[in-house]
Amino acid sequence: MELDLAFIWAGLIAFAVLAYVVLDGFDLGVGILFPFLRSNRDRDIAMNSVAPVWDGNETWLVLGGGGLFAVFPLAYATILPALYAPLIAMLLGLIFRGVSFEFRSRTVRGRFLWDIGFSGGSLIAALAQGIALGALVQGIDVQNRAYAGGWWDWLTLFSLTTGVALVIGYTLLGATWLVMKTEGEMARQMRRASWGLCAATLVLIGAVSLWTPFLNDLYLSRWFKGPNLIFSAVVPLLLAGCVVLLVAGLRKGRDAWPFLGALGIFVLCYIGIGISFYPMIVPPNITIWQAAGPDESLAFILVGAVVLIPIILAYSGYAYWIFRGKVDPEEGYH
Amino acid sequence: MLEFTDALTLARFQFAFTVSAHIIFPAFTIGLASFLAVLEGLWLWTGQERFIRVFHYWKTIFAVVFGMGVVSGIVMSYQIGTNWSVYADKTGPILGPLMGYEVLSAFFLEAGFLGVMLFGMKRVGPKLHFFATLMVAVGTLFSAFWILSVNSWMQTPAGYAVNEVGQFVPDDWAAAIFNPSFPYRLVHMVLAAYLTTAFVVGAVGAWHLLRDRSNRSARTMFSMAMWMALIVAPLQIVAGDFHGLNTLEHQPEKVAAMEGHYDTHKGAPLILFGIPDDTAEVTRNAVEIPHLGSLILVHEWDGEVKGLKAFPKEDRPPAEIIFWSFRIMVGLGFAMVGLGLWSGLARLRKSLYDAPMLYRAAVVMGPSGFLAVLAGWITTEVGRQPWTVHGLLRTVHSASPIEASAVGTSLVAFVLVYFAVFGAGTFYVLRLMGKRPNSGEGEEIGATWAAGLMPGPSMEASHATPDGKGE
Repeated sequence: MELDLAFIWAGLIAFAVLAYVVLDGFDLGVGILFPFLRSNRDRDIAMNSVAPVWDGNETWLVLGGGGLFAVFPLAYATILPALYAPLIAMLLGLIFRGVSFEFRSRTVRGRFLWDIGFSGGSLIAALAQGIALGALVQGIDVQNRAYAGGWWDWLTLFSLTTGVALVIGYTLLGATWLVMKTEGEMARQMRRASWGLCAATLVLIGAVSLWTPFLNDLYLSRWFKGPNLIFSAVVPLLLAGCVVLLVAGLRKGRDAWPFLGALGIFVLCYIGIGISFYPMIVPPNITIWQAAGPDESLAFILVGAVVLIPIILAYSGYAYWIFRGKVDPEEGYH
Repeated sequence: MLEFTDALTLARFQFAFTVSAHIIFPAFTIGLASFLAVLEGLWLWTGQERFIRVFHYWKTIFAVVFGMGVVSGIVMSYQIGTNWSVYADKTGPILGPLMGYEVLSAFFLEAGFLGVMLFGMKRVGPKLHFFATLMVAVGTLFSAFWILSVNSWMQTPAGYAVNEVGQFVPDDWAAAIFNPSFPYRLVHMVLAAYLTTAFVVGAVGAWHLLRDRSNRSARTMFSMAMWMALIVAPLQIVAGDFHGLNTLEHQPEKVAAMEGHYDTHKGAPLILFGIPDDTAEVTRNAVEIPHLGSLILVHEWDGEVKGLKAFPKEDRPPAEIIFWSFRIMVGLGFAMVGLGLWSGLARLRKSLYDAPMLYRAAVVMGPSGFLAVLAGWITTEVGRQPWTVHGLLRTVHSASPIEASAVGTSLVAFVLVYFAVFGAGTFYVLRLMGKRPNSGEGEEIGATWAAGLMPGPSMEASHATPDGKGE
């Protein structure tokens, strides 16, 4: 039997991007929440809760981008120039976010600067990612294997909305993460914040979901035609289940539930976006099979991926296990 | 001269700037990660406290430098798509999987175990902690393996075919990965990274020995670094010579430009210094040693060395730049050998720990590895011009269909952010290096170390530090 390598790789890259979104999502959310934390001590605790894992989380973004280059070079070569400005903004944001972990504890006088760098960098990166996502969903103009649109095509009301939606969504992930990882007054503050953030996230998800099918006939028929309608009904139902888990966790003080509920919401939205534009990888023009490199390339790296991704998941999971539980405020190597 | 208004030139500047800034960090962290693994291993093996003290001192510095390497590296992985999309489309089927392997085998390994290495001593115990340190070190070496394979393929492409849409597609993976220049380049770069780290560690050790001859941690640093310089710097010269011969075989025009030869000679001289002029096709004011060029390059008294004029003008790399960058690299290499020999003599005379002149020289030589690495990369990358894939894909035909204003704006943004962020980072690293390494006297701090904690400046700043240095 001939394996559909392009299909397998589309799944793997979708997984890498999803792993990035939920993992770095809560890191970035913690960064966005930073200015609202009450004391320097709270900020130390929040930072220590992500410091051991953020680098691994961010590596999924490198796999998403690098994987695109490896197996869908045409998608990589058309999406990146099309999203030039938001991607550069994202990179600059990630620079400030990434160095702040170490720089912040290297100085007392300049600490406020790296607090700003951490939260500002996180905010910019999140907003840019949301805008890039919206710009991809609304479509990219491609002719002769190259981007053929203008330099500001990415900027629309829709992409701005997805940008804001992702910022709010990441903040919800960050807040529920801190509910899980902290204690006392800080955990209470994060529980209160989670209520509002959850409500805002749902409103924005609703808006984007209702908007998306009308961007493109493909999306419309995908969601509201024939048997797909069943799935269109299942996704919102599952989403409601996640919201219940989140809310129940907040009410009953089961501190891991809200984070799991928020993760579930993200996974479902992500699947929903995938349903919208599969099998396009650069909507509305390029399918995964058109963008795929030759089978020799896809097979060669697939061998490595099949062996290495489970190992990566094992040791990354182990790292999370080592640092499990509430953050000990006295811990940290700085 | 160059026009600063077209997208291609701006994209080239952006790549040159961001990659030069980036290479500094891996050049340091590849060596430092191995150094940390050796230190922790020696500590577990011998039980001597001085090794773990030196480990903790450099671990903090590693964390700061590694963070800068990560964020500047992410820029590189996206820049190929934003500014060089035609190149990305054409080379993706071959170089994409190689870079993919770098992510899967190296980046995740480093990132996954870095957290354990920095924060996990108390939670996992010394043995597992050592394993984490080892994995970080192995990850940096895997990373070097793959990225140098990619770079070497661009210099000496092999194992490929070209398909109907003009993409390079794999024909023989082993030939593509282990392409003709790869082994030389990998050895040369890894040795360069080890030397870079050795000279930084040696300079920091020497700096503190100048202040306190009896500081045992500083002695350990200095001694280990000087062993490295003594043994590895000469090896590097040999490796560099082999690399040069390989370049002569595959990219003779690059060697001609490095040597400043425009005319083809039998029994070519070695031009020590001179001013190459690509327009007039002559190296002015040349100081030459007859026949030595042929002797070094082809290992024959009257061997023929091709000059730049043997190649079409549009295929020549700019001699004006790489003639000089090559000399800077080689000059620094010989200076490193000199310092290594000096330290060997001092060791023989049993005066290694009382040699202020040697310490001063070591401090001056501290940044030499970075300069040599930069000069070396300029030599090899500018020497690859006007091609991105040597002989097959020109730089002019590699760029994205993009507006100059977009590239220009992002270039300005990168320059501003890099100088601000990495400038601050360099300042913090230098300050960490200026902190006196704990010598092991007054062991009340030992308990903290045993717990896997390292008091850093931020903790100490709230107390008064013994030497009055702090925030």
